[in-house]
Amino acid sequence: MSEIMGLKAKLGLDVFKPDARPHISIKPGMERDPRLKRAVLVCPAGLYSLNAAGEVEFTIDGCLECGTCRLACGTEVLEWSYPVGGFGVQFRFG
Amino acid sequence: MEKFDVIVVGAGLAGLAAAYTLAQEGLEVLVLEKGDYPGAKNVTGGRLYVNPVRDLFPELWAKAPLERPIVHEEVAVFARERSLTVSYTGDELRQEPYQSYSILRAKFDRWFAGQAEKKGAMLITKSRVDELIMENGRVIGVRTGGDELGADVIIAADGVLSLTAEQAGLRRPGDPHHYAVGFKEVIELERGVIEDRFNLTGDEGAARLFMGEVTRGKFGGGFLYTNRESLSLGIVVGIKDLYEAEPAVQAPQLLDDFKQRPEIARLIQGGQTVEYSAHVIPEGGLKSFARLYGDGILVAGDAAGFSMNIGVSVRGMEYALASGYYAAQAVLKARENSDFSAAGLKVYQDLLDASFVMKDFQSFQDAPQALENPRFFQYYPELAGNIMKDLYAVPAGPKDKLYPTIKKYLGFGNLWAMFGDLRKVMKI
Repeated sequence: MSEIMGLKAKLGLDVFKPDARPHISIKPGMERDPRLKRAVLVCPAGLYSLNAAGEVEFTIDGCLECGTCRLACGTEVLEWSYPVGGFGVQFRFG
Repeated sequence: MEKFDVIVVGAGLAGLAAAYTLAQEGLEVLVLEKGDYPGAKNVTGGRLYVNPVRDLFPELWAKAPLERPIVHEEVAVFARERSLTVSYTGDELRQEPYQSYSILRAKFDRWFAGQAEKKGAMLITKSRVDELIMENGRVIGVRTGGDELGADVIIAADGVLSLTAEQAGLRRPGDPHHYAVGFKEVIELERGVIEDRFNLTGDEGAARLFMGEVTRGKFGGGFLYTNRESLSLGIVVGIKDLYEAEPAVQAPQLLDDFKQRPEIARLIQGGQTVEYSAHVIPEGGLKSFARLYGDGILVAGDAAGFSMNIGVSVRGMEYALASGYYAAQAVLKARENSDFSAAGLKVYQDLLDASFVMKDFQSFQDAPQALENPRFFQYYPELAGNIMKDLYAVPAGPKDKLYPTIKKYLGFGNLWAMFGDLRKVMKI
C-alpha cells in the first residue's frame, strides 16, 4: 500500500514518550495470518504495512493506542498491552 | 498491602465521576491513571450533552472548561460529486441552559480530576494497572508498577478495551462488528474566523455530521465541531466494515479525502492542524455490554460498552459520567451492608436500570441493526444527490416537468426497497 501523504507529519504533531519495549507486537509466526492484514486498513496511524514477501510489518512509532488493531485482528495474532505508565502518546487536546 | 475504600482504574469521565462522588461522601478513593495527566489518553469527537447529567453533579457545570454551546446543527449527505445539507437552529438551542457543548478531553478531564481532588480523592498519574489481584475468585486489589494496592471495590473505568474487566472475566476482547474507530484532527483557527465561517455569534458553536461518500459507503460518518479556537474534524467508521467492505481503503486516507472535499476545504482553510488522535468507540448497544458487576468490582463507561449511535446523535460521555455516579452510589449502598460481593454490588445494575442510561439503551436497542444498512451510506446519498442535481438543473433546451424528474429515480422496485428500509428505521 502506498504511504499516505502527510501522515508521518501529522503524527509528528503529537507528543509521544516512547516506551523501552513496544507495547504491541505481532506474535511470532503470525506475520502471514490473514487476520493481521486487516490492520493495514484499519490502523488510523498507518503503522501496519504489507511487504513484498506477503508478510505484515509493524512499527510502534506513532501508535495512538486507539485499540482498533486489537479488535480487528484479535489477541491470537497480536500481543497487546498499553504502554507502561507515563509512556506512549500524551494528547494535549483529545 | 496498602488499602483504600475504592480504587478507580482510569481517570476518564466514568472514573472521575465515581471518584468525585465517593470523595464527596468522605470515602478514601484512589484514582490510577496511566497517562501523564488525566485526559492524556482520552479522546472524544466531541460533544457533551449536559441535560441528562446536570443534576448528578450540580456544582460542576458553572465553571467547567467546556468549549462552545452548540446552537447550530447540520447533517449533510455526501454523494461522490455533490452534497445535500439539512440545517437546524432554534431559540431552544440558543438559550441557557444549553443542551450540549463541544469539548476537548485533555482540558476537561484534567480540570475534572482537580475537582475530584478538591473533594478529597487521591490521584496517581503515570500509573498503569498491570493486573488485578484476585483471591478465591474475588477482586481484592491491583498491581501497578510493582506496588500492590487493596480496596473493598475496584471500579474498572479503563476505557473501551477494559483489560481490567477482561481479566476479571466480566467481558471478552470484543467482536469487531460491535465497535467503530474514530480519528480526528484538531485544527486551530482564529476565534473570529470560526465565528464568521460558521455563522456564530460570540461563544456560540456548531456541530455537523456527514454521511455517505465520507466513509466510501461503509458504516459511519464524518463530524465537525467548533471549539473556542479550533475545529475538531474527524471520521468514525465501523471496524468490520473498514477491513471487509469494498472498496478497500486505509483509514487515514478517508480523513485526507474528507478534508479535500470543497465543502470542507473552505471551512478549514488557513487552519493549522495541531493534533491527530484516534480511539475505538463501542457501538454494539445492549448486546455487547460487559457484565457490570462481580465480586469486588464494578464496570463503568466505555469499559461497560455505554455508547450509542442513533444517527442524529452519537453519545457516550453522558453515559460514562452517569455510570460513574451510579457506581459510586452502588458502593455506598454496599457499604451500608458491608457486602462487596457481586450480590452486594448488584444494586449498581438496579440503579442503572432505573436511570436514563438503561432506559435509553432499551429504547434504542434496534438502532445498531437498523443503521448498519449499507444503502444508507451509498445508495441513498447518491440518489439524493442525483435528484437535487436534476431538480436544479436548467438545461440549454426545455426543462422536464418536476414530478417526472423525480419519478424516474423512484421505480416500483426502488420504492419497495425504501419501504423496507423505512420500516427498520421506524424501530429506532
